[in-house]
Amino acid sequence: MLNYAIKRIGLAIVILFTVMLSMYAMVFLVPGDPASLALGPRATPALKELLRERMGLDQPVLIQVWSFFRNAATGDLGYDVWSKRPVFDQIMEFFPNTLALGAVALGWALVLGILLGCAAVVWRGTFMDRLLGVLSVGLISIPAFVIAIYALLIFAVWLHWLPAIGAGQPGDIVSQIKAVILPAFALGIGWVGYLARLVRASMLEVMNENHIRTARAFGLPERRIVFRYALRIAIIPTIAILAVGLGSILSSAVFVETVFGRPGIGTLITGAVQKRNYPVVMGTVLFMTAFYLVVVTAADLLIARLDPRIRDVFRG
Amino acid sequence: MTTPLLTVENLTLNYRTGGDPVQALRGVSLTARAGEVLGIVGESGCGKSTLAATLMGLAGTNAEITDGAVSFRGENILTAREETRRKLRGKHIAMVFQDPMTAFNPVLTIGAQLVDFQHNSGTPKRQRHSAARDMLDRVGIPDPDICMGRFPHELSGGMRQRAAIAAALLMQPEILIADEPTTALDVTMEAQIIHLLRNLQSDYDGAIIIVTHQLGVIAQLCDRVVVMYAGQVVEEADVDTLFHAPRHPYTKALIACDPASLSIKEKRLPTIGGRPPDLAHPPAGCAFADRCAQVEPICRTAAPPRVEIGPDHIAKCHEAWS
Ligand SMILES: Nc1ncnc2c1ncn2[C@@H]1O[C@H](COP(=O)(O)OP(=O)(O)OP(=O)(O)O)[C@@H](O)[C@H]1O
Ligand code: SF4
Ligand SMILES: [Mg+2]
Repeated sequence: MLNYAIKRIGLAIVILFTVMLSMYAMVFLVPGDPASLALGPRATPALKELLRERMGLDQPVLIQVWSFFRNAATGDLGYDVWSKRPVFDQIMEFFPNTLALGAVALGWALVLGILLGCAAVVWRGTFMDRLLGVLSVGLISIPAFVIAIYALLIFAVWLHWLPAIGAGQPGDIVSQIKAVILPAFALGIGWVGYLARLVRASMLEVMNENHIRTARAFGLPERRIVFRYALRIAIIPTIAILAVGLGSILSSAVFVETVFGRPGIGTLITGAVQKRNYPVVMGTVLFMTAFYLVVVTAADLLIARLDPRIRDVFRG
Repeated sequence: MTTPLLTVENLTLNYRTGGDPVQALRGVSLTARAGEVLGIVGESGCGKSTLAATLMGLAGTNAEITDGAVSFRGENILTAREETRRKLRGKHIAMVFQDPMTAFNPVLTIGAQLVDFQHNSGTPKRQRHSAARDMLDRVGIPDPDICMGRFPHELSGGMRQRAAIAAALLMQPEILIADEPTTALDVTMEAQIIHLLRNLQSDYDGAIIIVTHQLGVIAQLCDRVVVMYAGQVVEEADVDTLFHAPRHPYTKALIACDPASLSIKEKRLPTIGGRPPDLAHPPAGCAFADRCAQVEPICRTAAPPRVEIGPDHIAKCHEAWS
């Protein structure tokens, strides 16, 4: 298990370095230097020179690459000349909002998706199974922003149950919870259908395996067979997909954050791209890549914990 | 003669498939008595596993029982409520499945599964662990405590089969069904498992049903034998009679063509020329006619009768007396 963990973490670090390197190369491949792109065509040469100096662009390329790596490794993602604040501080201000949104969205989708998937298996072949199937496909095919707009209209504008915009007041947990409900609902609902289908499919496969028949032959109740004997195996592909899904849910969070006027990584990065604010764009993308790799690696390790067979393949 | 624990009468089962249904069991009748080891032998595909699973009420989802009854202590378990059948399983009728490789759940330890399997036992929860451990010890697993914490794939085939037998014995069922308990094992392991089953049999007062390809296993373990062919019982006799005075041409061919098959080294039934009929379209007359050395014209048109040769000896053949 330890060996496996080291291998997975080593791989994640290699991927991260590759991403950093290609991002750095990207800045140089884009025509024009970042400073003049950032300041626009009418900036004076003196002003450009000042900005280049602040951004470290006057240094030799290798020195720049080296300091970028070194700084990033210590958590220093550079300095944002527009807001006059370190990039990392800005990310830390916005990221918790996005993480809370993604986690709540995926969390409720996961719980409901698993329950619906298992229900479809228990009722396989019946009317309920088909109904759940139609429902799932329906949920998958409705875009998140459409749900977002209707949810906003009904619960915030008409019923006034929940706030329409923002992420709640800092320090006020209740207001933060209220603020996350609608966006998390909108963001997660497509995943409910998707996860229900996924869980159903892998459950049906596992339910046909011989060991399930053994469990039945000992008179275990069907509920116990489904949740203890089958789900533990069927959940494994779901965890892998979920980790990848977190990446896509964080990127589709941009739409939902925009509709709900919710400060987050999505709003940070769109603002920065519009302003050609390279340090912020690069820092944010790098941070998100690192975060994503942590999640995927953690999922792989969790899968290995759940499935002793995988654990053994990587032993030694 | 002891009273039957389990009676199967005219059991008829079809598997629904894309095309014509496969008639896997065509009127099977047999009895299993307390204190007796019953062997079921026949070529691959003749319906042995189907029969064994049906005795547990666990035929596949595409199986359709069109006729017959399986009675345990006088109650027909095929028509009983699912809840009643669930309560019987493991506690009164237990099974060792054909493939020990896949019989256990791969992500739970042997110990966790053996504890779970006592669901119907009525044993207090905290005693289930020691009951499982003791049973592993009894079936000859050298380090039962370590084995309890192992995952199935960490055990050798022989150990897994022992664990599967231990699981089946956990609740002292009245009927123990073992589907090919030795087929997946090498010769040494096989001899050990046979030895184990024989020891178990001496202090066991229920009925044991052993399903096998191997005449050698039958010779070493069983008191009475049912020979199956193409979804039917073609001969039934006590083990001595079967080996020394077989009446059905299929049984005769099995025994005559290879006396060495009585040793357990032979993994397969001796081969007889030809193939068994397609069970989706079984012939009108005797299913064995195309391969039979004694075939007569009537065999191809009329289904052979069930002939009582002696008090406990039955053969399904037009020529049973010749
Ligand atoms: N689920 C199923 N669906 C359709 N046909 C099946 C199914 N299970 C078994 N059969 C068919 O039913 C017949 C009997 O199968 P069964 O497994 O009972 O034979 P068996 O005597 O146990 O064979 P083996 O010695 O190979 O284990 C075979 O022709 C098989 O192909
Ligand atoms: S009924 Fe006829 S064909 Fe069938 S086994 Fe007997 S003799 Fe052979
Ligand atoms: Mg079989």
